[in-house]
Amino acid sequence: MPPAVGGGLAGSELRPRRGRCGSQAARAVGPDVATEATARSPKRPAPSSRRFEAPGRWALLALVTLMSFATRFHRLDQPPHICWDETHFGKMGSYYINRTFFFDVHPPLGKMLIGLAGYLSGYDGTFLFQKPGDKYEHHSYLGMRGFCAFLGALLIPFAYLTVLELSQSLPAALLTAALLTFDTGCLTLSQYILLDPILMFFIMAAMLSMVKYNSCANRPFSAPWWIWLSLTGVNLAGALGVKFVGLFIILQVGWNTLSDLWHLFGDLNLSMVTVGKHLTARVLCLIVLPLALYTATYAVHFMVLNKSGPGDGFFSSAFQARLSGNNLHNASIPEHLAYGSVITVKSARMAVGYLHSHGHLYPEGIGARQQQVTTYLHKDYNNLWIIKKHNTNSDPLDPSLPVEFVRHGDIIRLEHKETSRNLHSHYHEAPLTRKHYQVTGYGINGTGDSNDFWRIEVVNRKFGNRIKVLRSRIRLIHLVTGCVLGSSGKVLPKWGWEQLEVTCTPYLKETLNSIWNVEDHINPKLPNISLDVLHPGFPEIMLEAHMVMIRGNSGLKPKDNEFTSKPWHWPINYQGLRFSGINDTDFRVYLLGNPVVWWLNLLSIALYLLSGSIFAVAVQRGARLPAEVEGLSQVLLQGGGQLLLGWMIHYFPFFLMGRILYFHHYFPAMLFSSMLTGLLWDTLLRLCAWSLASFSLAGHVHALGILSLLLGIAYSFYLFHPLAYGMVGPLAQDPRSPMAGLRWLESWDF
Amino acid sequence: MLGFLQRPVVVTADINLNVVALTAVGLLSRLWQLSYPRAVVFDEVYYGQYISFYMKRIFFLDGSGPPFGHMLLALGGYLGGFDGNFLWNRIGAEYSTNVPVWSLRLLPALAGALSVPMAYQIMWELGFSHCAAVGAALLILIENSLITQSRLMLLESVLIFFNLLAVLSYLKFSNSQKHRPFSPSWWFWLMLTGVACSCAVGTKYVGVFTYLLVLGVAAAHAWHLIGDQTLSNVHVLCHLLARAVALLVIPVLVYLLFFYVHLLLLCRSGPHDQIMSSAFQASLEGGLARITQGQPLEVAYGSQVTLKNVFGQPVPCWLHSHQSTYPMIYENGRGSSHQQQVTCYPFKDVNNWWIVKDPGRHQLVVNNPPRPVRHGDIVQLVHGMTTRLLNTHDVAAPLSPHSQEVSCYIDYNVSMPAQNLWRLDIVNRESDTDVWKTILSEVRFVHVNTSAILKLSGAPLPDWGFRQLEVVGEKLSRGYHGSTVWNVEEHRYGRSQEQKERELELRSPAQMDASRNLSFMARFSELQWRMLTVRSDDSEHKYSSTPLDWVTLDTSIAYWLHPRTSAQIHLLGNIVIWASASLATLVYALLFVWYLLRRRRRVCDLPEDCWLRWALAGALCAGGWAVNYVPFFLMEKTLFLYHYLPALAFQILLLPVVLEHVSGRLCSPLMSTSF
Repeated sequence: MPPAVGGGLAGSELRPRRGRCGSQAARAVGPDVATEATARSPKRPAPSSRRFEAPGRWALLALVTLMSFATRFHRLDQPPHICWDETHFGKMGSYYINRTFFFDVHPPLGKMLIGLAGYLSGYDGTFLFQKPGDKYEHHSYLGMRGFCAFLGALLIPFAYLTVLELSQSLPAALLTAALLTFDTGCLTLSQYILLDPILMFFIMAAMLSMVKYNSCANRPFSAPWWIWLSLTGVNLAGALGVKFVGLFIILQVGWNTLSDLWHLFGDLNLSMVTVGKHLTARVLCLIVLPLALYTATYAVHFMVLNKSGPGDGFFSSAFQARLSGNNLHNASIPEHLAYGSVITVKSARMAVGYLHSHGHLYPEGIGARQQQVTTYLHKDYNNLWIIKKHNTNSDPLDPSLPVEFVRHGDIIRLEHKETSRNLHSHYHEAPLTRKHYQVTGYGINGTGDSNDFWRIEVVNRKFGNRIKVLRSRIRLIHLVTGCVLGSSGKVLPKWGWEQLEVTCTPYLKETLNSIWNVEDHINPKLPNISLDVLHPGFPEIMLEAHMVMIRGNSGLKPKDNEFTSKPWHWPINYQGLRFSGINDTDFRVYLLGNPVVWWLNLLSIALYLLSGSIFAVAVQRGARLPAEVEGLSQVLLQGGGQLLLGWMIHYFPFFLMGRILYFHHYFPAMLFSSMLTGLLWDTLLRLCAWSLASFSLAGHVHALGILSLLLGIAYSFYLFHPLAYGMVGPLAQDPRSPMAGLRWLESWDF
Repeated sequence: MLGFLQRPVVVTADINLNVVALTAVGLLSRLWQLSYPRAVVFDEVYYGQYISFYMKRIFFLDGSGPPFGHMLLALGGYLGGFDGNFLWNRIGAEYSTNVPVWSLRLLPALAGALSVPMAYQIMWELGFSHCAAVGAALLILIENSLITQSRLMLLESVLIFFNLLAVLSYLKFSNSQKHRPFSPSWWFWLMLTGVACSCAVGTKYVGVFTYLLVLGVAAAHAWHLIGDQTLSNVHVLCHLLARAVALLVIPVLVYLLFFYVHLLLLCRSGPHDQIMSSAFQASLEGGLARITQGQPLEVAYGSQVTLKNVFGQPVPCWLHSHQSTYPMIYENGRGSSHQQQVTCYPFKDVNNWWIVKDPGRHQLVVNNPPRPVRHGDIVQLVHGMTTRLLNTHDVAAPLSPHSQEVSCYIDYNVSMPAQNLWRLDIVNRESDTDVWKTILSEVRFVHVNTSAILKLSGAPLPDWGFRQLEVVGEKLSRGYHGSTVWNVEEHRYGRSQEQKERELELRSPAQMDASRNLSFMARFSELQWRMLTVRSDDSEHKYSSTPLDWVTLDTSIAYWLHPRTSAQIHLLGNIVIWASASLATLVYALLFVWYLLRRRRRVCDLPEDCWLRWALAGALCAGGWAVNYVPFFLMEKTLFLYHYLPALAFQILLLPVVLEHVSGRLCSPLMSTSF
């Protein structure tokens, strides 16, 4: 032993190894302890020999699966109208069926699967999914709901098997399954066309296969080992492919893998070659395979969506050229910019959009009261600008005049085509970025003042003075103030229609904000040239799609004075989400966890931390535990530790997120928390039974405890099931409502 | 007893001349020509105004950091006899003669100077040679960015000082743990660790990262202590308790102490009052306290009140109405009720007065004795100047069409009946029969007919609404939110029957004074919460930079420029030190991973004590760098080069560690053959 002081780091480094050895011991000991303990509990259909054990387990698994499917598929068709986010994800499924390109902040896999499910079940993609509450009528929506419910129903057998593997105890697994089956929140979330059941399916599948391959550790490189390892990788790719929060389960598997490798590396019986083989196998299955699959989903995504659609404007000009129906697809446009050309100007920064103006003025008190200039993501007539010479107002399209090309360094004027106002800047502060200058539309019919003059420059000019459509990256420098036209990327308030702010920045640092390119170009006097140079490679589109998604995600900011859900609300089940219906005549579905389950989970986390640290300290103090307690404490520390880690990884990062958050973000964490509850109560009751062993009733403590928990949970589900299956009638704040007594928190508004 | 008579009194002085010399050069470098330039340099303009506030004892709110740092700077001003009369408006402004520049800059300079010998001590306590320790101190001494930052009225050098002090005292403590646990010096260093951590956090919030680092190392050591089976259980428990008290309880207490002194000093009302709640404002001298002094505590039927919104975003404002009506048709074509506008108005105005009326009675005066309004009572609110009743109905609000319009009811005989009954809901009630109290009660008004809740939407109305803020009836209220909660600020019992006389009648019945009722903890938690949530507009700055620029020193800040002579102060690091410190971090990380992997395979390149020393030095120095640097990547505020200096101070300490290790272990053939 190193000396007490200064040895902490070494101590913390030495500890995991001891832990690992212990865990192997637990694995060896666990099953025997479990069977011994279960054999003593008379309430279970006590299997006296292993011959009956296996069928018993299978029957129990079948029962759990059956219950889960029965609850998830019960009244799946109700309500027959769009609920909550079905309006988004159903719509996106339709886009896949119609092959039109769209933009969403989540990766494509989940929506592709929804689309596929719809396609296979005979949905033709014609329903508009306009807003929540719209009736489905004759459109076939059950296929998509059924697919989500199917995946949602599988969560429960997965959780059951995971806990069984971690604790080697049927009652623990059964308790977990009951917690999840009878949780109204999980149930509600699984019954609709949403990404969450798909995401949770992949998360739980990854967790299960990870636990399974951990338990194959004594037979490395055997067939089951390989199967579970590569399944883990496949499910990781799936989780990440549905939502970016799939990253959390990747972190968890990564952590598990690292500690596993660290353990193998410290095992001096293994040669370095063997350790190298282990490392390679994990790199292959947990890094290369998921990456390949993840990339493949994008390849399919881009292949399927080959028609122009509502998402075009979010992407760069080059990207759009891929989409049939887009005006850049197989485009033939004049190549060089000339005076008199009608153009659209696009920011080089992703997901900022086109330079835009419209017939609304900046409100009073915000700079000069002139016409607004913004950037706008959608294609629109108000994005068109005409390039004119700064000093003449003659029509350059007059056929008698020769064509004059715009050159690098020219002084130009940009006239907004619809309103005939000039792009203008002056020494007034910009609306949001106070240190920049305001950009406005100014002048009448193209006659303004010298503040309308801009110098056009090509960035990184290689040769030639002309300005090429699409390919030249240009900057517009304001002649009088010397500032550069840029987009700050900030969203204007309501008066600016929530478009993005355009400013003239006096800081000449070269950033993408101030770089633009010309996209559309109309000039009847110039010959059209086919532009098929714009074919970005797959890595480029993939990168761009990710940049746009990340920007989209960080753009989802809560607004002032809006009630937003905070992460601390979630575990205490503070407030639910209205899935459908508001008034007492509506069919109402309210996403809210079963409070009994959730508060039990919360209590269990506290109890776990307490009992876990007692055991950890006892082990560290070198206390000698009886063999049975030793086994239980290993289950608690090893298995429970993994589940607690899962809960923390899936919960705490939300505290750091700036984007807008919703209650349903907590559900992956809730799965882990329920598994922990199952494992914890089983272990604690076993400990109780053990410590009371001298009394005659001791054997019943465990069985009675588990049974009363199961019954209590089932009864609470009976009470709260209308939340998930739908209710009509007076709201719960009305004393006449059957739910009136169940509004345990004032913040629940069902 | 009287032992000194038998033996001579001997004082054994053990003076390390290295430390003395380093302190001397540290002082020299930081204090020399301290009062030059006699002009406002960079962020002095920012801290200076707060010093002035302290000198004048005027309350202010600054979201950038806790009050300890500001108070230290103000202490300098106090010692120099500064009266606070200086207009801190522009960088480069010449100081007037009443500003004691030298003493204002003295404390940061001293903190910077003392960091030099502390670096030496830290190295020594970590178990490295005097040579390495002197090297570390010299590197801190000659790093010009640290010198620049120390010589001005800024807080980074103070933060670095407390960071280093926390680490140093923890090392002293843990070294004395080996030989003399629970000795006075053990206690002293343990307590000092806690106090220094607290001072670091109190100077700037980022100090919390160093605190967490020290806590982490202490926890690792404590965990090891638990595993030490030579100690009895009671012994272990004592050790753990001592640490918990010193490292958890004491810092919290000291932190509270800062706020206590802060609030004790700032007792006068000032420009930032409006951000605070009415109760807080009432606890300051002048300002609201003068108005609310002696006003009746319990709101009764007939009370005249002004209602302030608790959330107060975007600006604090009061419920308001005036003669103008909502336009018949809005710009976007929707219709309105054309009744009298109800808004929220950010200025004091006679139109902010409302009278609480009992729906069952006609009179607008307070009975004798007054009949207090309680939680759950149904009331009407009468606008004082127009005597119209506050009303809401199923008409879309002007800017928030999902909510109901709130108006003062005008009967146009268009089959739109008055719906002017409101149920009073006291949010912070203690029992269901609580009385509505001035200032203290936070109330919601729930509309009886539609159960909508009176809410400030915060949207400024267009020209027809005089750009005042929109007030709506929120139907889909989701839990508690400050924008639906109001409190009575000014209050008097109405006595006048006639509308003309209804003004200006104040009676002061013998009531308890609500203003002095706020406890320190309530004031602390409100102030701390506001400080953390006050929004500074994230403005781009000419010299702002990103964390990535710092490592490569790709940025600098012009602090000051003399308008005529072009003499200037520029914050710029010493590129040699920065580059070699970064290199040292990299080498350390690589070597550490290498040793760690080899140890795992039972190949011990380093003897055990050498490895422990190496790991602890890394945990504190490289760890100190990482915890003070990495979090900036997640921060959304405007960042400057000087934010990197605390991290740099730790990184510099790593350089001699790595150098000594490399020269001793790897370069010396003697050592390498011996293993």
